[in-house]
Amino acid sequence: MDRRVCITGLGPVSCIGSGVDAFWASLLEGRSGLGPVEVFDPAGFASRLAGAVTDVSVRDSVPKSYRKATKVMARDTELAVVAAKLAADDAGLVTRGSDDGDEGFAITPERTGCQIGAGLIAAEADELTRALVTSLDDEGVWDVNKWGTAEGGESGMNNLPPLWMLKYLPNMLACHVTIIHGTEGPSNTILAAESSGLLCLGEGARVIERNDADVSFVGGAESKLNLMGLMRLELLGRLAHTHDATDGAQVVKPYDPDAGGTVLAEGGGIVILEELGHAKARGARVYAEVAGFGASQSDRKAETGLELAIASALRDAGVGPGDIDAIFPTGIGLAGPDAHEAGAFRAVFGDRLAEIPIVSLAPVLGDSMAGQGGLQAAAAALAVHHQTLPARVHTGTPGGGLDAGASDARDASLGCVLVCTTAMGGQNAAAVLKRPG
Amino acid sequence: MTERRVVITGMGWVTPLGTDLDGVWNRLLAGETGIGPIERFDASTFSTNFAAEVKDFDLRAHLGDRADDHAEAGISTKYALAAAMNAVTQAGFAGQRAPDPARCGVYLGAGEGTLDYDHFMATHVAGWDAESRSVDSVKWAKRAHEGMNALLELEQEPHLTVTHLAEAFGASGPAFNCMTACAASAQATGEAAEIIKRGDADVMLAGGAHTMIHPFGMSGFIRLTAMSTRRDDPQNASRPFDAARDGFVMGEGAGILVLEDLDHARARGATILAEVAGYGSTADAYRITDIHPEGKGAAGAMRQALGEAGIDPSATDANGRPFVHYINAHGTGTQENDKTETAAVKAVFGEHAPKVPFSSIKSMLGHLIQAAGAVELITCVKAIETGWVPPTRNLENPDPVCDLDYVPGTARDLNPAGGVDVCLSNSFGFGGQNDTVCVRRYRD
Repeated sequence: MDRRVCITGLGPVSCIGSGVDAFWASLLEGRSGLGPVEVFDPAGFASRLAGAVTDVSVRDSVPKSYRKATKVMARDTELAVVAAKLAADDAGLVTRGSDDGDEGFAITPERTGCQIGAGLIAAEADELTRALVTSLDDEGVWDVNKWGTAEGGESGMNNLPPLWMLKYLPNMLACHVTIIHGTEGPSNTILAAESSGLLCLGEGARVIERNDADVSFVGGAESKLNLMGLMRLELLGRLAHTHDATDGAQVVKPYDPDAGGTVLAEGGGIVILEELGHAKARGARVYAEVAGFGASQSDRKAETGLELAIASALRDAGVGPGDIDAIFPTGIGLAGPDAHEAGAFRAVFGDRLAEIPIVSLAPVLGDSMAGQGGLQAAAAALAVHHQTLPARVHTGTPGGGLDAGASDARDASLGCVLVCTTAMGGQNAAAVLKRPG
Repeated sequence: MTERRVVITGMGWVTPLGTDLDGVWNRLLAGETGIGPIERFDASTFSTNFAAEVKDFDLRAHLGDRADDHAEAGISTKYALAAAMNAVTQAGFAGQRAPDPARCGVYLGAGEGTLDYDHFMATHVAGWDAESRSVDSVKWAKRAHEGMNALLELEQEPHLTVTHLAEAFGASGPAFNCMTACAASAQATGEAAEIIKRGDADVMLAGGAHTMIHPFGMSGFIRLTAMSTRRDDPQNASRPFDAARDGFVMGEGAGILVLEDLDHARARGATILAEVAGYGSTADAYRITDIHPEGKGAAGAMRQALGEAGIDPSATDANGRPFVHYINAHGTGTQENDKTETAAVKAVFGEHAPKVPFSSIKSMLGHLIQAAGAVELITCVKAIETGWVPPTRNLENPDPVCDLDYVPGTARDLNPAGGVDVCLSNSFGFGGQNDTVCVRRYRD
């Protein structure tokens, strides 16, 4: 007996709003969350815009008894914890992390999984540097011998909090979520830049399909809105040099041949996957079925490979290229990666490509790395649920005959939509979301 | 449709005891140690100043001129490349290339690359504003632009190891990298097997690579007081299950296995080393700093792996021997792990637990962190191949709560008892992610 997997809860945490209502309202309106960096002075950076998450509090997303533990959470973990709580509430699940008096379906701990993608987490600069400057030599250079503390004393690494490293382990996103919600099934942390979230969604679906769980928290979260994060992406040539621009929506131009890069954003996208029969039995609202999934690796020199993931996902879903009614891709607004995606779409959809609306959310959501896949999947699931395509913001002109330019939100008949991500590093993921029958 | 079976057709490792498959195995059986004072950087003032380092490593010795394609890769990626290409060679793929790229994938539990320390430190120090006791982002960015190098930053991303392996092997199928701390490469291997079983690929390179032998890696664990501080006797510092154990010893390296669909392996006449018979994965959902006191998640992972393999841990054969012949322990040498892992094995095997040899090679190799699970799984396959199991070195006075058969001091020949057919390999990560892989002698 085949087990089918569906999405029953959405937990978007984003720069255009968090929670289903705020997120969907912004998507319909075409409101971008990309503006000037405010958490530090970005004057020394080439990219001075970002999408910050400003409407959530991690303390309000955990039980009172767990508030103390929020002190050892990095920003990335906070975003994941908030997203997981929103997703669980939206799905009507009652977990160890629920508030007193919450009603809904009580999860079975051993039958609930958790696959949450993450990125490398940068150590907080103030906290780390405060310790580093206790170990400088006469010339003001950090001295490893002064850092060591075999003789004891108040200097060097003893200035780091004892749990310093735990704060920055990428698996802490999933671990905190498993502890807060009491999920004891398979749990994983996948790191593959922008594909982390959708790879987790795919693996989570497989875990349910093979009967190792009935329910799973899947997706990802990341915040590179810090000095190392912003600098690294700038050095890697991912970010637009924003100069004096204050509106990121004007900067990010997916599939435009003149696109100059993306804008960094914070984001957490966690959704609840559930075995279809399980969801129906408890009367859950089903946003969409995860009908197919595929993954592949691109050859970075040839810039091909996404088409393999898409073809696998379609085959897995038992649908053909003619059945896809919209595409929710990464489309980050950078010539190389965008051309790779467009080439893959052309390879799979051929002449039909011009008829398929392509909804890249990069101009409104920016690039939230591991947060990306879950947010794209949430947007696609909402589009299927409401039979409505979100507004597209685009101040340029997409090339290659792609239907990806500016447009208002509109009603649409969406039977199957494709969600796909490409990552710096070549990892690709694709999923087919289907309107529940 | 009959279920697809997954077999191991190639293995490679880079360890503190060397890089040759049989050489390292023999050194493990001999109870040798790879642990000594740290040479990679000056750790003389660190309260833990020793580790198990990979010595005299040269990628060119493994890849020949193809090493040039990966010159910029980080150190742990180079370990992974060497292990992978040696595994691919053993598996017998012509030209070390994937036979059908779209049907071949990579699933690793590779760790982050090492920081570009000189520029990282200089940038942070230059950004420090003593008056406000905080970092001035403008000064910080100015120094970063003067020194930081895009390629070195990119290569620190953990999934770049997957990218390098996929390119070297020519694989364009499913590609994943997971980071579940000390469980990562076991989890990667288990999930890779599931991908083949489902039919989403025929061949997967699976395993992991990691090094944390650098200032912050060591500092992080020193602050957690998780590592041994036996500075006067590093070679005997890793003491799993011993009453005098005082923490784990850091290691580094890589372990990569070629996993393959059985029919695919048979069709090309490959030598089958063992079968992946089961995989279990659970979360403790307990605390980020502590293991579940009864080892509930660990026991669950073992039970799942055994269930999938169709093995009943409460049963024995006609000679009273349990059907699991060897368990490679997570066995870190921390107070907490060794106690709870012992409790978990007892919970699963009940009265038969003392009859299952259960040793920790971390006593010799140190803890390879994300690479540990794959290296330990390779050890299990070697046990099946030879009938021998490696010892737990330095186990002189067992902790009274650690009362199982840890194969203390000396390797054991199990051939007189009928050899080794089934092994479990346990891997448990910080934060409570637990994975067990079951491998079995291949039979038609």
